[in-house]
Amino acid sequence: MTRPGLYGLMAEFSEPAAVVAAARKVHEAGYRKVDAFSPYPVEALTEALALPRSRLPLFVLLGGIAGLAAGYGLEYWASVIEYPMNIGGKPFHSWPAFVPPAFETTILFAALAAVLGMLALNGLPEPYHPVFNVPTFALATKDRFFLCVEATDPHFDLDRTWSFLLSLEPRVVSEVEQ
Amino acid sequence: MSTPAFPVPAEVDRLQRTALVAGGAGVGLSLLGAVFDLGQFLRSWLFAELFWTGVAVGCLSLLMINHMTGGVWGLVIRRLLEAGGRTVPLLAILFLPIALGLPRIYEWARPEVVAADPVLQMKRPYLNVPFFLLRAVFFFAAWSALAHFLSRWSGELDRTGSLRVARRLRGLSGGGLLILGLTITFSAVDWAMSLDPHWFSTIYGIVFMVGQALSAMALVIVLLARLRGEEPFAEAVRPQVVHDLGKLMLAFVMLWAYVNFSQFLIIWSGNLPEEAPWYILRLHGGWQGIALLVLLFHFVLPFLLLLSRDLKRSAPTLARVAGALFLVRLVDLYWLVAPDLHHHGALRVSWTDVTAPVGVGGIWLFWLARELRVRPLLPQRDPDLEEFLAQPAEGHA
Repeated sequence: MTRPGLYGLMAEFSEPAAVVAAARKVHEAGYRKVDAFSPYPVEALTEALALPRSRLPLFVLLGGIAGLAAGYGLEYWASVIEYPMNIGGKPFHSWPAFVPPAFETTILFAALAAVLGMLALNGLPEPYHPVFNVPTFALATKDRFFLCVEATDPHFDLDRTWSFLLSLEPRVVSEVEQ
Repeated sequence: MSTPAFPVPAEVDRLQRTALVAGGAGVGLSLLGAVFDLGQFLRSWLFAELFWTGVAVGCLSLLMINHMTGGVWGLVIRRLLEAGGRTVPLLAILFLPIALGLPRIYEWARPEVVAADPVLQMKRPYLNVPFFLLRAVFFFAAWSALAHFLSRWSGELDRTGSLRVARRLRGLSGGGLLILGLTITFSAVDWAMSLDPHWFSTIYGIVFMVGQALSAMALVIVLLARLRGEEPFAEAVRPQVVHDLGKLMLAFVMLWAYVNFSQFLIIWSGNLPEEAPWYILRLHGGWQGIALLVLLFHFVLPFLLLLSRDLKRSAPTLARVAGALFLVRLVDLYWLVAPDLHHHGALRVSWTDVTAPVGVGGIWLFWLARELRVRPLLPQRDPDLEEFLAQPAEGHA
């Protein structure tokens, strides 16, 4: 059971180990619409929540390959096809000289793919998010760790989930308004 | 000594036995080679000595870098690196045949060659036998001293956990890295670049530096993967640590390609008669095949493989890549020095070129295993390591 206007339930922890243990139990209990918030990356947390692997590395790889092809292609087109010039008696297709710029465009495209792909995948910029309705949530950037179970989870039941979260010994459990 | 107060993996015993057998066989065969062709034996010995000294000095580089930067990756491998550094006195002893046979290795050490060559006469104030030997003594002394104090103070840190000692170690590492940068550069110029005394490249020392650090990193990963089944590493070698080591190895692979390509690009662009022959020699007469092999297996393939996160987090898989890289390091060094060792000729591998690195390497690994028994294999009382070990290990490894 849930009630209209409820986004989910938020448990607050002071220690990274506690939130990792709690996340593991929440996942074992069958909850899937769960997210955790911490001031710094806690590697074990991603695993405890069994979050799907990010597709960002693939984007970066494709960006890099595209950058390499674009950079080298541009150099080849300019120096071999469009405007061949004899420089120091070297062949038009002087691959050693083509490597540094092609390397740079590889990095450039990969970096752009990383930034834009990150924004596309995490949905930023996002002016409003319900979790900020929890008064102490700002501490998630400082020294608190949060675990939020969303009301749309099929296992979600306001009373049962509430007492389940309390059994994980958080500092406090609060309702998150939409 | 017979019953240490800390766990020493049985794998260390196995390593020590195998290394001793391989080392004995390699050195024995190489000495047999010396009977037939003393000059060839000395040149092969130089190649072996260059490689394994590089591994030891690479250990010192990684050790001091970690003292400066911190990071659990370095705490887990610290004792392996310290033991690697403490092999320098052994390498100094193994340098003796080279010191005694300089004229058979280096043309600048042959008076009749110098007498006919005005350029070598100009270079004589630097390239002469007594000064060369003095510098070699200085290199080995500096590296031994660094290894000695890094190990000793790290042992003090084990006993006291004192912040002052930790700070002293960081201070030594800061200055030590500077000394290392200079000694590696000059030793590379002396021992390897002067094989072709007319040729010069200012990035040569860095090419060696990066290669040495990569060799050391690859070896440490292989050792760690073999030791991880037993205490004390069983608890400490977690995917996170393996991942960090894999990332650093990828970085060194890229850095190696970067500095080698830098040298090549500059010489190729300039195309000057005093520089280009070095590459012409190495890209003809069969050597071009080795060059291609090094390009593919020292850069392209490891680079692509090490991009994978799963591969970097699995100790056995990463160790296979590291082991292969370690062997390719040997091939790369051969390509770098052997064309000059073999009288500037076409590709030819003497059998002592194989037995000497095996022999020196066997003795070196035997010594390393001996040094590994001296101290607990993980730093004691290190707050960072204790905090790391207190964290729950991740679900699946």
